[in-house]
Amino acid sequence: MTNDPNFTGAAGPTTEELVFDAKEAQRRRKPNTMQRVGDHLKREWQLYVMLIPTILWLAIFLYKPMYGLQIAFKDYSIFRGVADSPWIGLEHFQTLFGNDQFIRALRNTIIISFYGLIFGFPMPILLALMFNEILKQSFKKTAQTIVYLPHFVSSVIIAGIVITAFSPSAGIVNTILGWLGMDPIYFLTKPEWFRPIFVGTGIWQEAGFQSIVYLAAIAGVSPTLYESAVVDGASRWQMMWKITLPSILPTIIIMLIIRIGNMLEISFEMIILLYQPATYETGDVVNTFIYRQGIQGGQYDLAAAAGLFNAVVAFVLVMTANAISKRYSRTSLW
Amino acid sequence: MTNMNLYSRGDKMFVILNMVLIGLFTLSTLYPFIYIASLSMSAGMEARAGNVILTPVGFTLEAYKQVLSEPLFWSSYKNTFIYTIGGTLMSLAFIIPGAYALSKPQLYGRRFWNLVVAFTMWFNAGLIPFFLNMRDLGLLDSYFGIIIGFAVNGFNIILLRNFFEGIPKSFEEAARMDGANEFQVLWKVYVPLSKPAIATVALFCVVSRWNGFFWAMVLLQDEEKIPLQVYLRKVIVELSDDEEFATTLLTAAYSVETVTAAIIVCSIIPILLIYPFLQKYFSKGILLGGVKE
Repeated sequence: MTNDPNFTGAAGPTTEELVFDAKEAQRRRKPNTMQRVGDHLKREWQLYVMLIPTILWLAIFLYKPMYGLQIAFKDYSIFRGVADSPWIGLEHFQTLFGNDQFIRALRNTIIISFYGLIFGFPMPILLALMFNEILKQSFKKTAQTIVYLPHFVSSVIIAGIVITAFSPSAGIVNTILGWLGMDPIYFLTKPEWFRPIFVGTGIWQEAGFQSIVYLAAIAGVSPTLYESAVVDGASRWQMMWKITLPSILPTIIIMLIIRIGNMLEISFEMIILLYQPATYETGDVVNTFIYRQGIQGGQYDLAAAAGLFNAVVAFVLVMTANAISKRYSRTSLW
Repeated sequence: MTNMNLYSRGDKMFVILNMVLIGLFTLSTLYPFIYIASLSMSAGMEARAGNVILTPVGFTLEAYKQVLSEPLFWSSYKNTFIYTIGGTLMSLAFIIPGAYALSKPQLYGRRFWNLVVAFTMWFNAGLIPFFLNMRDLGLLDSYFGIIIGFAVNGFNIILLRNFFEGIPKSFEEAARMDGANEFQVLWKVYVPLSKPAIATVALFCVVSRWNGFFWAMVLLQDEEKIPLQVYLRKVIVELSDDEEFATTLLTAAYSVETVTAAIIVCSIIPILLIYPFLQKYFSKGILLGGVKE
């Protein structure tokens, strides 16, 4: 019985004593915890009353649909409902990846977001740098007021302007082409014109407003840098490239990371408004595919599978972006 | 930068060139709006023939008469006001107390609740499950569905929560000494101190409600309930695609183009009226909500 070399006789507590102590401690602690929670709730119940509506809303309108996402793996029937429809595994995903339209939508999504990044990302930086070089405050204010405006205008109106301006008979664009002796082009039915028009419209609408972030960063650059540069005889051009731009580089990098994280968020509302069967070839993206297949076509399960695929890729992109920006700037994006 | 002297000739050239480029960009932003406004006041024949360039050709307000005599225009305008005002108030009723509770360190499971909110910004179930859920809740074709279904937004909660967290404790202590409860502290101390942040969130809601069209288009089949943007889309997309209809609509006085332009002008006016506020608070909002620790 005392083979244990560490056995020290009466020096330590016996097993019975240990068990007793543990029970006692638990008995003593339990009412304490209960009481603490009770006291806390009695004191702070109002905070929970304030929180509950928001949490309930999130549960009903955003988390419940996540539960509904299981139809991506089911043969969904409206009559059976989400829970009772039979599981079919990955069949919808196999269908999707064998579907030319889905592959085309995937390719268009990647190409359009890539164009948006290449042409759309530098514009607001350039605008901010240029705004910063304007000496006349009244001119600067007026120009800013105007270029921020399209951000607040609905996509339906922007689409209406685009459709009118590019119309073959009445549109200003074709009128100008006519002056140059060219035949009118029905732009919105031409697949090769869809992406330039869509990406260009996006830049026209958002570049001005997006420059605000960079202007704020420029406002934070220390004036002493410019003062000493002036002493050294630097030109304004040199100061813009050698002082302003490097100083806002951290902001640029963070914005780039955010942008890449949100790459799949193409404003598909605008695409729905601008595209037509003739331009599906270059304009149909994953979300418009989902809209057509699911909401218009009633293939809810297949469309939900496409949506799940999109959401998972987007989630990975956003999370990676956040992790990278955390590492490089020690600030999280949220 | 403003009080810096321009020494060299190169600097002067640079500043002038810069102004010209910004000026051109600004004009390119402004021009489409002027074009649409002129189109809306031009004669239908002239608009159809592509003769409108900058100013109205054959000035007439027939297109506006046409638009304003359409009952669907008025009902959709009214609906947009209902959705915008109702939706914004609904959002604030959820977001203000929710953000306040989340800003309090003594809230049990605070990290968890914050994660519950933030997660919805990173991942969402997508169009189809959201649509089916609205259908299952019986919220299709319903004013209430549109108003409640988009009330809460993770970004707005976090924006307001951060603002509340930045308010020093000392402000609420006096109220607490007087025996104020949490609701009174929120209403009498935090809300007045957070007016700019609340205005920002409210304006985010107003603009997204006023401009929102996708879900209204999907969830509302009943024409009586559609908002202005859905009506506008009907006119723009459906009418301009239909050449035959376009031709029947064409009279000397108005055409599809001038009527479309007139509706665009009518729906943009309220945004222009509140634009000074929008510009002020939105710039604040994106800086508040952008990059933070």
